[in-house]
Amino acid sequence: MFEFTANEWVAIELSLRIAFLATIAALPFAVAAAYALARLTFPGKAIVDSVLHLPLVLPPVVTGYMLLLAFGKRGPIGAFLFDHFGISLAFRWTGAALACAVMGFPLMLRAIRLSFESIDRRLEAAAGTLGANGRWTFLLVTLPLSLPGILAGAIMCFAKALGEFGATITFVSNIPGETQTIASSIYSYTQVPGGESGALRLTMISIAIALIALVTSEFLNRRVQRRIAVFE
Amino acid sequence: MIEFDAHLVQGRFVLEAKFEAAAGITALFGPSGSGKTTIINLIAGLTRLQSGRIVIGDRVLVDTARGLFVPSHKRRIGLVFQDAQLFPHLTVEQNLRFGRWFAPRVSNGIAMEPVVERLGIRSLLSRRPSRLSGGEKQRVALARALLASPRLLLMDEPLAGLDQDRKTEIFPLIESMRDDFKIPIVYVTHAIDEVARLASFVVRLDAGRVVETGSAAAILRQTSGARVWSARDAFPDA
Repeated sequence: MFEFTANEWVAIELSLRIAFLATIAALPFAVAAAYALARLTFPGKAIVDSVLHLPLVLPPVVTGYMLLLAFGKRGPIGAFLFDHFGISLAFRWTGAALACAVMGFPLMLRAIRLSFESIDRRLEAAAGTLGANGRWTFLLVTLPLSLPGILAGAIMCFAKALGEFGATITFVSNIPGETQTIASSIYSYTQVPGGESGALRLTMISIAIALIALVTSEFLNRRVQRRIAVFE
Repeated sequence: MIEFDAHLVQGRFVLEAKFEAAAGITALFGPSGSGKTTIINLIAGLTRLQSGRIVIGDRVLVDTARGLFVPSHKRRIGLVFQDAQLFPHLTVEQNLRFGRWFAPRVSNGIAMEPVVERLGIRSLLSRRPSRLSGGEKQRVALARALLASPRLLLMDEPLAGLDQDRKTEIFPLIESMRDDFKIPIVYVTHAIDEVARLASFVVRLDAGRVVETGSAAAILRQTSGARVWSARDAFPDA
């Protein structure tokens, strides 16, 4: 029963690839947005905060459809990318990564923002009196001290990306070998007679990947905590 | 030489303070809420002044009339916090190098060796701040501030969390910063024994205003006089 078909292997590999790309692509934006929300005051901050968290509360299908409108071949961003760079995201695996990044972004943002907010501002002030400007202070003090939060945020985003279904299937459909992830494969299996064993195999592998991700994050987190020793 | 003239409103607290101080150790002395820490933050550049002027030596740091504000990292003013504020993710040695790294490469800069030696922290160099006692943390914080070769050192109640034995241990180290490393110090405290031991000049503050300034001896005489008087006043039959 635990022999995966070629299509299933592709789906597993694709899911991991999409989740990694989504996490790595979202990370710098999440760090920048978290820093802005945690440290700066600017007009319209509450609105920006709400908009960034929208994917968390909107039905995923709505997010997927909005991505299709914006990044589809005739969408304003999609047309620009295609005309100038020949890049097309709709119905491609890169589009799936974009959908997953958008869906995972608020979770990542939240974790990183909380860790920025929990840093004693006087440590940053101390760095300033020692001659470090804003950028050096961020690199040498703020960023290393918020590593546990950044790590937690990245894992949340990765996990969300692995499980993402609604926005992905709306934006990039369910094309075997291109955009068919573990989640959409399971969905396809449940739509055909005799698909139960395939669905079960992929369910097991989903659970295994999720567990490995959680254990890894816990392990890394402990190592970072030990280095930082915030809780001693 | 320090020239300080500041006006600042923060909620219900109003700071209206003007004083001048020479080299040596200047104590900002007064009860909590009198504005001592606010003055320290203004000199360090952590708080912005609404109007006024701050000059250290020949360098104008703040002059609101001219719209001048030198940011904290360009002031070369060391600050020792009450709770040390060592970087928890760095070892003691890395904490010390942090200040040194950003200090301008000047010939009269303060070197690592004599500071480590004088403050007796050699055995702590490889440790993390979480493994230090309160007194050790404060000595490392002094060393870190010193190694940035500051032109002025601010100390915000650096001994407040320590017991008498630790205080007695650190007093000579602070004096050594003044005498051996020739750095002027502004020292915030509400403890009269620290003023008596360390300060050459005292700025006495109350409710955001300078009540009096003068030599430590003169101010202490008056303060203790006032205390005796008020005690007699409270117990007229005693």
